Amino acid sequence: MGRLSTDLCGIELDNPVIPASGTFGFGWEFAEWYDINCLGTFSFKGTTKDPRFGNPTPRIAECASGMINAVGLQNPGVEQVIREELPKLKQVFRKKVMANVSGFSVEDYAFTCERLDGEEQVGWLEVNISCPNVHGGGMSFGTEPVAAAEVTRAVKKVTHKPVIMKLSPNVTDIADIARACEDAGADGISLINTLQGMRIDLRTRKPVLKNVMGGVSGPAVFPVALRMVWQVCRAVQIPVVGMGGISTAEDVLEMMMAGAAACEVGAANLVDPCACRRIIEDLPAAMDKYGIKSISELRGGH
Amino acid sequence: MKQAYLTIEANRPVTASVYRMDLRGPDLEEQRPGQFINIRLAGRFLRRPISVYDWEGDRVTVLYKTVGAGTEQLSRMHAGETLDVLTGLGNGYDLEKAGERPLLLGGGVGVPPLYLLARRLRTMGREVTAVLGFNTREEVFGEAEFRALGCRVQVTTADGSVGKRGFVTDALPDSYSYFYTCGPEPMLRAVYRATNTSGQFSFEERMGCGFGACMGCSCRTITGQKRICREGPVLEKEEILWAD
Repeated sequence: MGRLSTDLCGIELDNPVIPASGTFGFGWEFAEWYDINCLGTFSFKGTTKDPRFGNPTPRIAECASGMINAVGLQNPGVEQVIREELPKLKQVFRKKVMANVSGFSVEDYAFTCERLDGEEQVGWLEVNISCPNVHGGGMSFGTEPVAAAEVTRAVKKVTHKPVIMKLSPNVTDIADIARACEDAGADGISLINTLQGMRIDLRTRKPVLKNVMGGVSGPAVFPVALRMVWQVCRAVQIPVVGMGGISTAEDVLEMMMAGAAACEVGAANLVDPCACRRIIEDLPAAMDKYGIKSISELRGGH
Repeated sequence: MKQAYLTIEANRPVTASVYRMDLRGPDLEEQRPGQFINIRLAGRFLRRPISVYDWEGDRVTVLYKTVGAGTEQLSRMHAGETLDVLTGLGNGYDLEKAGERPLLLGGGVGVPPLYLLARRLRTMGREVTAVLGFNTREEVFGEAEFRALGCRVQVTTADGSVGKRGFVTDALPDSYSYFYTCGPEPMLRAVYRATNTSGQFSFEERMGCGFGACMGCSCRTITGQKRICREGPVLEKEEILWAD
């Protein structure tokens, strides 16, 4: 094991840095900026059973130290992902990828996960029960322990790959939801998806986003994310992937001190296409500064 | 697409709200007409996408309007300061379709991307007509620069304070081989209706990343979904699907 390596549900990562779903396309787009094999892995664009165009524009707003998106799960659908995106990715990425899956019914989730279970490039299934930007699905599965458990069980039935449930922060008790997923057989938890927010344009006096509300991400949400990762790490035994506003190597260390096994980096990729490479390169010096010999020593340090 | 650190050589107003910024840096590669750059500003999370006005070697020039806190901050920056810039973004205009007598239609801050296009078309020996539309006299810019390239130039103002009264669509020449346009959406819709040849439109949309990763600026076209920042900002007339 290298100094930066960490284990995620039985698969070793060279380092804990994972670009988050929705900020990294299907990977090959970023290979134009740098060799993405330096990553721990990455989580590909949220994929659904059928193709989706997503929400009307404007889909993007800015806020202090962050942004708000209401993309609404635009994706080409699982069949095209398997037929076109994964082969393209194979040309530029040698490692196992994390497949991010969304749905509008329990059957949707199971269908898409079962299709992706047959792909050897896929290492983990990250099941998004937390998208705030779609109606009649997405987040509604992640705000009720019973529904979260139901999705978890349905997905576990159709795959042998590790299942990581991605949770919404827009809930009363995040630990309850995490425990429900663990009890239903989840292999890991990732959090947080975006926090619901909105902006109003002073000139038009109307919401900036056509969808009115969207998901806040970026450094603004880091303290909230860290708090929730801390809470979930104390509520479950399974590995936790921490995310929410991470943009530096120091943020990664802080998130891992809260108990995370690995970290996802989202909005930072959209501002600096090489953000994750920079974070990985910065990690050794940051670890030296705080007397950390290996990333794995931080895990379970609480 | 390339990340470059560019030094500001000059940053000065050309009208009350439009600024010209000249940038220079060794990492700069070719910028094609209709492409844009995406500028990072201290204290602002998202970059500011701005279309390329001119490019040559290690120099790129942008003209931008101060429309909010970000562009106002940009207007207060000084020569010698360095900017983190993503360059060479978007598809740009296709010059091959111009024909012998291309028509350029620019509205307000939609005029700048047409300048490098006009310069290229003039180098190719094409007879270029540029119609530049503004609201009023105080907002007019670029006329002399387009003339200096050897373009035939017609300025229009909505209030008639200079040039022809009306919109760019009120000053279309009788015949032209092809057209290129950039401007506010109501103008683009009017151009779509008023033109009688094929042409290319440059669109604006709120962007997240500006390089195709976030799906923030997607639109529907006759040829499928496109990202304004990646497969755009330039779309062909025949593929445009106007949103209601």
